[in-house]
Amino acid sequence: MASQNDMSPPARSDSQLALKSIHLRKRTLEAIFEAGAGHTGGGLSCIDILNVLYNRVLKVSPENFDSPGRDHYVQSKGHSVEALYAVLADRGFFPVADLKSLCHYQSHYVGHPTRKIHGIEMNTGALGHGLPICVGMALAARMDGFGARVFTLLGDGELAEGSNWEAAMAASHHKLDNLVAIIDHNTLQISGHTRDVCSNEPLDEKWRAFGWEVRVVDGHDIGALSTALTQRPTRPVPVCVIANTIKGKGVSFMENVAQWHHGVPSPEEYQRAQNELSAAETRVREVMA
Amino acid sequence: MSAPAPAMFSPAAREMIQQLGLTRGRANQEEFAVFLESLARENPNIIVVTSDSRGSGKLGPFAKSLPRQLIEVGIAEQNLVGITAGLAACGKKSFGVSPACFLTARSLEQIKNDICYSNVPAVVVGISAGVSYGALGTTHHSLHDFAALRAIHNITLVAPADNFETRGAVLAAAKAGTPTYLRFGKAAMLDLHAPNACFEPGRAISVRSGSDLAFIASGETVVHCLLAAGFLETKGLHCRVLSMHTVRPLDEAALHQAARECRAIICVEEHSIHGGLGEACAASLLQSGLHPAFRIVGIPDEDTVTGSQADIFRHYGLSMEGLSDLALKMLG
Ligand SMILES: [Mg+2]
Repeated sequence: MASQNDMSPPARSDSQLALKSIHLRKRTLEAIFEAGAGHTGGGLSCIDILNVLYNRVLKVSPENFDSPGRDHYVQSKGHSVEALYAVLADRGFFPVADLKSLCHYQSHYVGHPTRKIHGIEMNTGALGHGLPICVGMALAARMDGFGARVFTLLGDGELAEGSNWEAAMAASHHKLDNLVAIIDHNTLQISGHTRDVCSNEPLDEKWRAFGWEVRVVDGHDIGALSTALTQRPTRPVPVCVIANTIKGKGVSFMENVAQWHHGVPSPEEYQRAQNELSAAETRVREVMA
Repeated sequence: MSAPAPAMFSPAAREMIQQLGLTRGRANQEEFAVFLESLARENPNIIVVTSDSRGSGKLGPFAKSLPRQLIEVGIAEQNLVGITAGLAACGKKSFGVSPACFLTARSLEQIKNDICYSNVPAVVVGISAGVSYGALGTTHHSLHDFAALRAIHNITLVAPADNFETRGAVLAAAKAGTPTYLRFGKAAMLDLHAPNACFEPGRAISVRSGSDLAFIASGETVVHCLLAAGFLETKGLHCRVLSMHTVRPLDEAALHQAARECRAIICVEEHSIHGGLGEACAASLLQSGLHPAFRIVGIPDEDTVTGSQADIFRHYGLSMEGLSDLALKMLG
């Protein structure tokens, strides 16, 4: 087995990762635009989280993906698969060019995660499945004793699924301090504002009441995400990171608009979005220089 | 919990049991628990997950002797299946154990996605299956499990008829690289097989030979077919009994051979007449151009009668008498 150091992501500065996030947003939009289908808003809202996970936190690499000592990431909000594909391709799990086949006839690149794709741990897409699976993985990781950690990303609308709360209860009962649940708290879901569909606030109090250590962070702040996702809990309990995000982040006309949940941009909208992201890239480069 | 169970067998059936020399074993779910414990002692990778179901699953002794290999998740079947899948994805041989009625209905989506679609080698174990819980009513019956799971790709479905088949099924599931569903009842079973019998998933076991009529059955109904065959022998009729323990993949070779060699087929199952073993056999026969006289005996499409498992079996003709009567009618 390779040492854990071999699985660690390459060291990069916060601004280098911020720049990468913009690049990954462009890739995500490109994949959705070319496929003519996808989940745009939630993909853009969770890019910074995935970027920090795969480029700073997770002890996972393409070379060591089969190692039993690796960390595990399961994307419970499976519909944001285009963002995950963009991050995995960037991390070298498969060629970026593969994404041209997304959702095409006979492609392995399905519109939700599947294990046929290198780097993907479990087939997800039905909501409320990731956290129970990760409880099982965290139990297995603890038995194996390699010190592996297990992460999952949930949508905030997804929290209405009761299975999440079954798993939340079991995770604290079993003192799974190697488990991290990240909530992409963009406050929107397919039919509107989560508080109007079925309110789940106050989220932090709910998770605390279930026995978790809760960390509320700006889900677009690379530094804050890095700290929240890296630090082990102060007690033997699982960690919930509530990442406050903006659905459609990075594209002005998509931000905070529920219709972009699975909206596919027209050619004109796509060009405008890419131009906005390119301009943002230039700004970050200027600051870095 | 339930009223004292009346005898599963009539006096005439008990006499036939004596004539055939059948001896009494354990409940299959108890045999499962005892046998799995012996496997788990040798293999620390075997992990059992329970949903406050260790008592019904007879897993109390397992929990005492191998506490690190049993995970309790509380009354939460969806979570139980997800956890079972997560353990299997990380290299554990996980057995998720819960009453079949809840396990294959409430957590059907977890079986479908987390286990079958994700293709992890987990074992889903439905205990107190069929109408084992008898008078507790339809909430506690699983008469839909094979129908539901047969429509889901990538899972082997096994309902053992006795303790021997149970051990064979558990061993096969423990070695399998793909998902398995095991279905066990809570009534003590009679031992049906010769010492040299061989269990292999997907291969029916011949319990009795004959070519007037074939009983093709699964799980706890096989013994009633064997008794009926014994009774029919006294009428000069030679009936075959096949234990079709694996409902998927079906042993089509044994089924088709029975259809070619026998004048009639009766499929028997502790399941709804819709979507179970009987319909699986019917589809296979028709699509192969075979059309023997054919009946399915199971639980009909109605509000299930109240009573113990024995009452329900007798009511719907899942008994030596009921099955012999039907066979005599079919053979004219
Ligand atoms: Mg949301």
